[in-house]
Amino acid sequence: MSTQNKTYGSKRLVVGAHYGLRDWLSQRVTAALMTLYTLMLIVQLIAGPKLGYVRWSAIFSQQWMRFATFVVIIALAVHAWVGMRDIWMDYIKPVWLRLLLQVATIVWLIGCTGWAVQVLWRL
Amino acid sequence: MADEHKPRPVYTNIHVSQIITYRLPIAGVVSILHRVSGALMFLLLPLVVWLLDVSLTSEVSYERFSNAFIAGVGVVPAFLLKLVVLALIWAFLHHLVAGVRHLWMDITHSVSLQQGHVSALATLGASLLLTILLGAKLFGLY
Repeated sequence: MSTQNKTYGSKRLVVGAHYGLRDWLSQRVTAALMTLYTLMLIVQLIAGPKLGYVRWSAIFSQQWMRFATFVVIIALAVHAWVGMRDIWMDYIKPVWLRLLLQVATIVWLIGCTGWAVQVLWRL
Repeated sequence: MADEHKPRPVYTNIHVSQIITYRLPIAGVVSILHRVSGALMFLLLPLVVWLLDVSLTSEVSYERFSNAFIAGVGVVPAFLLKLVVLALIWAFLHHLVAGVRHLWMDITHSVSLQQGHVSALATLGASLLLTILLGAKLFGLY
């Protein structure tokens, strides 16, 4: 077996294995989803009578809207993770500090995601 | 031979102390603001979820939500809350428009200097104009 094209282990090929492609693509796909969601929400907000609690909560009580909002909450967490990881990788050089900030980022995002999902599904 | 070598230009990373005086092209300004706006929204994420929470949970909490923009909430005066929300509105709009610009560049291969310059100007113009429009609404100017 040739070791030249290994995609795992300590002797793995570090280029051409698409390590960054997945993150790059997921950031763009989630961005597109959030953009479409934003446009869809704007259409619902400007169509209809004056906005108050009743109409605002009715928008998010629709089952399909909960479905879409849930997807967007997850998309936002993935998108923000890729972006914040990029920032830490660019500016923070000490490995221990970078790891600490990455862990803090994940904790922050998972916490906010759980809270947002709870708000959405108890409506 | 050796003394014929001209001194080669040296490019280094920008040091923090050079940030103010470093002249960035307009596309560079859009790029760094894309990152700044993303980080800002990440940091203020709990505020966004809190606003979603109080605005949706019940009619009573919706009153608290509306009242926060009139009389403030806790130790935070309404004016400060509005300023922070204005920053969030700008961050969202800039990030969205700059992101669409990226997707457009990727799809149509619009990567010449001229295209980058014009689309960067359009990005700044569109996001700032929308921010002013929504900000005026937020501060009750119309």
